[in-house]
Amino acid sequence: MAIRRGRGVAAINYPTGMNLGGDPTQALVHSTPTGNFMVTLSSVDLGQGMKQIMAQICAETIGVPTDRVVVDTADTDTGPHCMGTFASRGTHRAGNAVIQAAREARQVMLEVAAEELEVNASDLETDGQGNIIVKGAPQKSISIFDVALSAHFKRGRSISGRGMFLIPRSYPEKETGAMKPSTCYAHACTVAEVEVDDETGEVTVLTVKNVFEIGRALNPKMVEQQLVGGSWMGISHALYETTEPYYPSRDHGGTDFNQYLMPGPGDLAKTEIIVLERPSADGPYGAKGPGEMCANPQIPAVANAIFDAVGVRIDTLPITPERILRALKAHAPN
Amino acid sequence: MELRKSYFADQRRDNLHEVGQPRPRSDSPGHVTGKTAYFADRNFPGMLHLKMVRSPHHHARIRGIDTSEAEKHPGVVKVLTAKDVPHNVYTILILIQIGPEDETVLADGKVRWKGEAVVAVLAETERAAQEAAAKVKVDYEVLPAVFDMEEALKPGAPLVNEYHGQNYYLYDSGECRKVRFGDIEAGFATADHILEQTYSSSPIEHAPTETTGCIVAPEGNDRFTCYTNTQAMFFTLDNASIILQMPGSKLHFVGGTVGGGFGGKVDVIVEPIAILGAKLTGRPVSFIYSREEEMQISSPRAAEKIIIKDGVMNDGRIVARKVTGYTDAGAYSRHSPYGAQKGAAHYPGPYTIPNVWIDTYCVYTNRTPSSAMRGFGVTIGDFALEVQMDKLARLIGMDPLEFRFINTYRDGDMKAHRQPTEGAALIECMQEASRAANWPVAEKFLAMSSYAKGA
Repeated sequence: MAIRRGRGVAAINYPTGMNLGGDPTQALVHSTPTGNFMVTLSSVDLGQGMKQIMAQICAETIGVPTDRVVVDTADTDTGPHCMGTFASRGTHRAGNAVIQAAREARQVMLEVAAEELEVNASDLETDGQGNIIVKGAPQKSISIFDVALSAHFKRGRSISGRGMFLIPRSYPEKETGAMKPSTCYAHACTVAEVEVDDETGEVTVLTVKNVFEIGRALNPKMVEQQLVGGSWMGISHALYETTEPYYPSRDHGGTDFNQYLMPGPGDLAKTEIIVLERPSADGPYGAKGPGEMCANPQIPAVANAIFDAVGVRIDTLPITPERILRALKAHAPN
Repeated sequence: MELRKSYFADQRRDNLHEVGQPRPRSDSPGHVTGKTAYFADRNFPGMLHLKMVRSPHHHARIRGIDTSEAEKHPGVVKVLTAKDVPHNVYTILILIQIGPEDETVLADGKVRWKGEAVVAVLAETERAAQEAAAKVKVDYEVLPAVFDMEEALKPGAPLVNEYHGQNYYLYDSGECRKVRFGDIEAGFATADHILEQTYSSSPIEHAPTETTGCIVAPEGNDRFTCYTNTQAMFFTLDNASIILQMPGSKLHFVGGTVGGGFGGKVDVIVEPIAILGAKLTGRPVSFIYSREEEMQISSPRAAEKIIIKDGVMNDGRIVARKVTGYTDAGAYSRHSPYGAQKGAAHYPGPYTIPNVWIDTYCVYTNRTPSSAMRGFGVTIGDFALEVQMDKLARLIGMDPLEFRFINTYRDGDMKAHRQPTEGAALIECMQEASRAANWPVAEKFLAMSSYAKGA
């Protein structure tokens, strides 16, 4: 009886969005009288930070600092339609809609600034700090604060824009299954290292090294929180979680967190995250949807590491100590 | 976390002002100081609490329902049964024309899973609602149930859901969603080795911190505001409008701050009945799942069974892959027909294989309906695919990582569902993993690129 060590690898891809149903999201953007910008959506922030990301996308597109943007979302009396937050679609679909709306608003903003500065709108650019400047002549400039005041009280212009992003529905061909089920794909490769106690069947995940390719890390800190959380969830799926531990029997289903097993802080592996960015052609600033895929590769990587450690395959999730012990017993020479 | 900017640098602009910057989240201070308002932080004078009477049986005919004792219970304001729901038989994907309507808001004549909602009790307090719910008498005739997908698909198995007429979802392509690419039998005929393996999983709970729920308040003008933690505002509003036969203009949904979803809050379950309760009583109604309801009543990730048969050459090329996938939908469709179909599109994984055959089935059994969860239609498939890849590599005596390099898709490769690969990046992920994990692979694999074949 011994503690045995093993490691395993897994490589995956993951689709963004749900084109098999039609996949629309809209956004509205308008400026306040003093040049702050309001993004109106009906998308839902599940805690992953969607509002923050939409603010950064809007700010980048209009050319203002992010703290000049406020996101008002998930009120059906004010927000235009969003299909919902699922299928790794939130950032990609809503982000594209926000870009389109923000571009339209930016164009009006530059037109008003052009009138104030008596130049062509095409000769203007934003400095990202809240000013509009003449290209090549930065001393000639106007603040966005003043442009918004002028638009509201002098020029009678609405600095606003509408955005709509729709992936049309794809109908699978009946016989061949030809279809366009999603848009861009995120990627991951994970190497997991485990220790398995062949006396108790207990698995300790020592390290998980994840390489994720996500198109574009729009906010690297938020990307990190999502990828680390996902990696933990993958370990949890591999080794712990089920509502029906003896499926297909309906007995012994957990009804609270005492009975429904999940790893505690002490059970989580040393987690390494490396991010690659290959911008997607149709994503907002190249972003793909990494929200779901980041919890997937750890499951097979851990399963393969367990085999590497003790030489038995557990092809049923979750990989519990009971299943490992039963497999070891079945494989043991008499 | 480390960003490896050396990869794909030619395809990226790194000089942006706001995008790519690690700005602090504007909502974090509210979250960590307890100031963020969630739907359940609303409290209205005169608010009623809704509790469900649920089926104790996996499959039963309802002979009769007696609510008289419950109605007399102190604090009870209203007791609802199937006849009170205007359009009681529904299915959420009907909004994208995926039918048939196969589920009841409140059970009508039959229950098909243990925990199914039968009677809704509205009372002044949660306790009164709970006590009154215990006084509802339902006369059941227990019917044979089926829990195992294989059993459910056998002739003569108990029929789970009459709205389907058989224990699987009928796609336009027949009993399963199909993908056919190349010539699978020819592929197997040329293979040096064939490996067929079966993988399976059990249902998994989303386990959000905040359980599913909503609070509905009449606005006094025939409109109702529903404060909810749904993941999809209009999807839920529009389905509620159908179920309640009420114009969508009478409904106002407010949400957007959710304590964890993971796909568990895209079924339309609590909102319609709570709105109905508010409409019939004229009072605000709160319907919030207990932790037990969240664990055993709300939809879990489906259990799956996946059979993979591969033909592989001694040089490492996979020449044929046949996948048969079964998704355990439980008693009702919810999002499962879509999930099974998404699986069909996902196989054979991120690999270029010339001969592919996929069948994915959505199967009905007498258990809690499953539905969407993070990685819907893909997570369990990836487990099966990637364990299979490990087995194949060992079968031909090849390093598991090198084996994947040989088969990984690159730009321009045709996928089994007949879309050309664009924006591939798995080669580079594996190269970086090889370095990060000190897992050496041959130099020729480190020289490969996702951009084009030729390495």
